[in-house]
Amino acid sequence: MAAGAQDGRVQDLRVDALGAVRDAGFTGIVTFGLLLPLIGFETVTNINDQLVLATRWPLLAAAVVIAAAGRFVYSFAVDPWIASRRAQRPAQPTPAWRYYFKKWFVPFAIGFVIAYPAIVILTVGWSGALRWVDNFGIQILIYMMLGWGLNIVVGLAGLLDLGYVAFYAVGAYSYALLAKNFGLSFWVLLPLAGILSSFWGILLGFPVLRLRGDYLAIVTLAFGEIIRLVIINWTALTNGYAGITGIPRPTFFGIPFNADDNGFAAVFGLEFSPLYRVLFLYYVILALGLLTCFVTMRLRRLPVGRAWEALREDQIACRSLGINTTNTKLTAFAMGAMFAGFAGSFFAAREAFISPESFTFIESATVLSIVVLGGMGSQIGVAIAAIVMIGGTEILRQLAFLKEIFGPTFDPTQYRMLLFGLAMVLIMIWRPRGLISTRDPSVFLKQRKEISVDLVKEGHG
Amino acid sequence: MAPDASPVLRVEHLTMRFGGLVAVDDLSFDVRRGAITALIGPNGAGKTTVFNCITGFYRPTEGRLALHRGDAAVWNALADLTDSGKRGVVRPDGALFLLERMPDYLVARQARVARTFQNIRLFSGMTVLENLLVAQHNRLMLASGYTFLGVLGFPSYAAAERAALDKARFWLDRFALTERADDPAGELPYGAQRRLEVARAMCTEPVLLCLDEPAAGLNPRESAELNELLLRIRDEHNVSILLIEHDMSVVMNISDHIVVLDYGVKIADGAPEAVRNDDKVIAAYLGVADEDVAQAEASVGL
Repeated sequence: MAAGAQDGRVQDLRVDALGAVRDAGFTGIVTFGLLLPLIGFETVTNINDQLVLATRWPLLAAAVVIAAAGRFVYSFAVDPWIASRRAQRPAQPTPAWRYYFKKWFVPFAIGFVIAYPAIVILTVGWSGALRWVDNFGIQILIYMMLGWGLNIVVGLAGLLDLGYVAFYAVGAYSYALLAKNFGLSFWVLLPLAGILSSFWGILLGFPVLRLRGDYLAIVTLAFGEIIRLVIINWTALTNGYAGITGIPRPTFFGIPFNADDNGFAAVFGLEFSPLYRVLFLYYVILALGLLTCFVTMRLRRLPVGRAWEALREDQIACRSLGINTTNTKLTAFAMGAMFAGFAGSFFAAREAFISPESFTFIESATVLSIVVLGGMGSQIGVAIAAIVMIGGTEILRQLAFLKEIFGPTFDPTQYRMLLFGLAMVLIMIWRPRGLISTRDPSVFLKQRKEISVDLVKEGHG
Repeated sequence: MAPDASPVLRVEHLTMRFGGLVAVDDLSFDVRRGAITALIGPNGAGKTTVFNCITGFYRPTEGRLALHRGDAAVWNALADLTDSGKRGVVRPDGALFLLERMPDYLVARQARVARTFQNIRLFSGMTVLENLLVAQHNRLMLASGYTFLGVLGFPSYAAAERAALDKARFWLDRFALTERADDPAGELPYGAQRRLEVARAMCTEPVLLCLDEPAAGLNPRESAELNELLLRIRDEHNVSILLIEHDMSVVMNISDHIVVLDYGVKIADGAPEAVRNDDKVIAAYLGVADEDVAQAEASVGL
């Protein structure tokens, strides 16, 4: 009896191993086919300055063997182990730490971002802080704000907008041109840029919002390009490719951030440092970002926000309840565009130079992937995704020590897109609906229950 | 038969063509006030097309759909209204609307015609309560000062929202959905989803409630409960009901009046007993014996 069981187990193991070998062989063949043109061949310049084809069989063989071996280990050991763990694990109630985590996460996060510059200054000193506050803090917050703005359009109203950067550009150029030509201040132009952007949002929205789904996405993409091309070609106004330089920088209630006698440092009796301006900008964008988040969360609890979400769920039902779907879509478009306009005018004020280069499709794609990665409709998810995506890019720039490992020609930023792609694929496997895949109901009678995102629709325009 | 002589909806010469297909052909009938009118007919008879015309989802090829509320005297304005090219008249003593001139959301908002759908259309990722609040969108939107006052947190909006929640609670209670109020609508069992859709329509405070197969997929007990509910809606809330239904236990038990369609043409119109015994209706539903085909065809005008 015992011997029989032993035999059976050996038999099972043999079947498992055979299956794993088959998987490994298949993976090896696919890898070979895929990498043959990529790794197997290489073009090199020979001594006569001719381009010739060289082969790299050992490298190719190594790649195929690694892939096949990896697949074998996965099929033979890892996969059964995961399956057995899943089978053993009983259904657990939500642990207490998650409750506390949820309760304290937001206050902690807000406290952290407010204290962030101080923490940075204390850890890396005044000279090092510039990079961390400017490249990390401000950059992430701009994208976080854009993500929150687009979240209204894509996440709440379910309208796939691939041309969001157009409104960012409108905001930036509104600030740049009005500040330069009319000398208006940042605080006057900030709301004005938002209004102009939302005006353009409505203007573009009218013809576009008749379309649904894929068609809407394509047309918004086209509108994003149209705005960029207008900026490039209307040189009399925008100076085309050369961009606009010398955009007035924001002042601290009239006190400029410079080394003059009437500059910020001198007025407050401090030693001049470029960090003051950066700190000021950091808190401005932080306030703008928090405003965006606060307003969005507020809107979700108002009828207009519920109508957006209802629109995402079922447009026909909305119409049967007396909701004007065109107007509701336009408000979502205008609201998203307004926040992009705020962010755009801030961007122009911070850089003091803008050109059409800054408003290419890749920006729209980045913001959209922040929204999708974060979990459509989730404010916290968008914030986390912005930190991961933009912070990740910046960290890659900081990894100079990798050059000592991989040689001086190694540039980590070159691998940015590869890593993004990988991260995206992993997220789509692990969390197909984004990092935060629950929906928080806007109102409740007795108990607030989170809604699994499986029930929530993605919207089709 | 009906408690009030003046109809709530008068359908006159309604014709709907899709290219060469005539889905509804010169249909005229009245929906009586405070009564339950059933629209029945075999599959493909054009019942849902009639619904879509009434609720503004389709624009009829021809015909007049006049909806009335308030004093019966308002009906006298019909001829003037038709000539004027306007969508409707609202007077202190009542209102009259020409539904064929209105887009779908205005039919719901101004004429106050609510509807449900044959394949349930709920906001499945939103809670039951949220579904009922979305139904009260227009009133809340006004109270929130088109969002501006709401964002700033004006107290008038808070009061309006409380009133909306009270109304939602009332209908949740009436439809036995209070227990599930905070659950997503998509998680409800089928019967509860059907009830929720009717509750959501009732939250718009309709004058006319159009139900497209409300009993489809319900078991006999659930459909008996639904009958109960519809009768209460008719009696206690003075809402006229127009329903499409295949379930004859529902149709025959609660309808005050039945209109039978076949191939887009009205073949019978009357009280349940009369319709039940109508030869054309029996022929349309059950067919006729071979020897009677010629006679039956002649009688329906073929």
